[in-house]
Amino acid sequence: MLQLNQIHKIFNEGTPDEKIAIDHVNLTLKEGDFVTVIGSNGAGKSTLMNIISGVLFPDIGEVLINGKNVTAMSEYNRSKMIGRVFQDPMAGTAPSMTIEENLAMAYSRNKKRTLRIGVTKKRRDDFREVLESLHLGLEKRLNAKVGLLSGGERQALSLLMATFTEPSILLLDEHTAALDPSRAELITNLTKDIVAKYRLTTLMVTHNMQQAIDLGNRLIMMDKGQIILEVNEEDKRQLTVPGLLEEFKRIRGVQMASDRAILS
Amino acid sequence: MFTSIFGSFESGIIYAIMALGVYLSFRILDFPDLTVDGSFVTGAAVTSIMILNGVNPFWATLVALFAGFLAGCITGMLHTFGKINNLLSGILMMIALYSINLRIMGRSNIPLLNTDTAFTKITHVAKHTGIDSLLNSVLKSVGLGDSLPDTWGILLFMIVVTFVIKFLTDWFLKTEIGLALRATGDNKRMIRSFSANTNLLIVLGLGLSNALVAFSGALIAQEGGFADVGMGIGTIIVGLASVIIGEALFGTKTIARTTLAVIGGSIIYRIVVTLALRAEFLQPGDMKLITAVIVIIALTAPKVFERTKDRKRKARRKAEKLRVLQAAVNGKGEQHATVKSDS
Repeated sequence: MLQLNQIHKIFNEGTPDEKIAIDHVNLTLKEGDFVTVIGSNGAGKSTLMNIISGVLFPDIGEVLINGKNVTAMSEYNRSKMIGRVFQDPMAGTAPSMTIEENLAMAYSRNKKRTLRIGVTKKRRDDFREVLESLHLGLEKRLNAKVGLLSGGERQALSLLMATFTEPSILLLDEHTAALDPSRAELITNLTKDIVAKYRLTTLMVTHNMQQAIDLGNRLIMMDKGQIILEVNEEDKRQLTVPGLLEEFKRIRGVQMASDRAILS
Repeated sequence: MFTSIFGSFESGIIYAIMALGVYLSFRILDFPDLTVDGSFVTGAAVTSIMILNGVNPFWATLVALFAGFLAGCITGMLHTFGKINNLLSGILMMIALYSINLRIMGRSNIPLLNTDTAFTKITHVAKHTGIDSLLNSVLKSVGLGDSLPDTWGILLFMIVVTFVIKFLTDWFLKTEIGLALRATGDNKRMIRSFSANTNLLIVLGLGLSNALVAFSGALIAQEGGFADVGMGIGTIIVGLASVIIGEALFGTKTIARTTLAVIGGSIIYRIVVTLALRAEFLQPGDMKLITAVIVIIALTAPKVFERTKDRKRKARRKAEKLRVLQAAVNGKGEQHATVKSDS
């Protein structure tokens, strides 16, 4: 489904600020895999997401989606196959447009955009139906501007928009980090439901170790641009937060350098 | 007085097409596009020179649309593929168009006074079908008979044309491509993650915007009876004034409402300028200054208004809270008293 071969990325190459962001990373996601990614700040998690989605291009290595080499494919072309939810709840929706218009844009993701009206009566019924699955009452507010929604509502809508066209790959980049705990839990549960419902191949970056353990069938830990630990389905069931920290210390010889990761 | 208001209505509704173009770039795409100062003249130049060469004026006016579209597309490409800052791309294109317009015209001014333009044809039709005499007799019957307009044809024709363009714009912004265009101005990152080519959409949007501006320029040249290489100076500010005034007065609840507001804004702007110029201490040359002042007022007044409203609301809430607190204290006091008397 998704294959990363020998991805290497350096920022500011040839300057004193040179930084190896991704250091020869290999990763394969099989269909239906739900992989959670943890790691401290600057470990390269977000860079990896940006390379998969085409915001950044790797210096070396290839990205394959459904067996097709998409390494040089532009971001907008690639996003026909990739659904994304960002950390910032403002980032995933168009605030001055209505809920139904936002959904209509998401609906056109894997189709050619034409001069047909975006929100037809039939589509509106479909949108109402998918919105009902969120249980937030948004189906009654189809004509409300998205900018008027709360952060949690917007993030739930972003999640729905990213997934209801069933993309080949779903990328979640700390999508609950900017929300308060109760809202974060709501989005986490929605994520679980939606990924299961559409059987989406998912890569989720998180700072929250407990969340990384609770969700998904595989877990990887990154540090300094490398994948330092891969936990498979069986071992992941036994995993605990102290266990993970212990594992990090064993591999790297130091304490994990992120208060945020430990505390959350 | 009535004739000058009538005149502002007439030119206001023609300039409204330009304002709709500015609305597309400035509001929908969030791109302050200065190309319009040049493309407005491009439209006038292309149409005038074609009319002089014997082309049917209606066709010549339509060609202006394409000329403007091309100019806007180039600005869009400078910004997207050339990665030049949006204001600078527009300024560059505006300067380039000045020379291009001179080349098209061959000289700095083309008079169209004794030529057949789209509007002389329409005036002719209006006179001979009896529309003019009918409407003028209505005016006479309400007591405005002493200052009758020359023709009703241009106004009626332009109302139809402008509203056709308005409805086309409304429709376009609701199509799948139109939604993606609006999202490009609203949240580029988001719409890119939904497989829209934002660069292409910016080029398309600026093309359409400048097509409307050039179309308006072509019509203004025919209404005024000349094309001049300097006639576009300040077009962007006039467009902004129309958009901002219209939005402030008529609201922005839906797209259809906003485009209507922009047309209204354009007409009101013309009326304000006409009335302002009647003041004795002002000269026709002060027009740009008046425009700038109008835009400044339109931009700052709503904020000041909002702030005072906000302050009043806060004061009211504070007073209310104090009253509640006071009541609570009093209530407690009474309770306390009753308890005491019991004991």
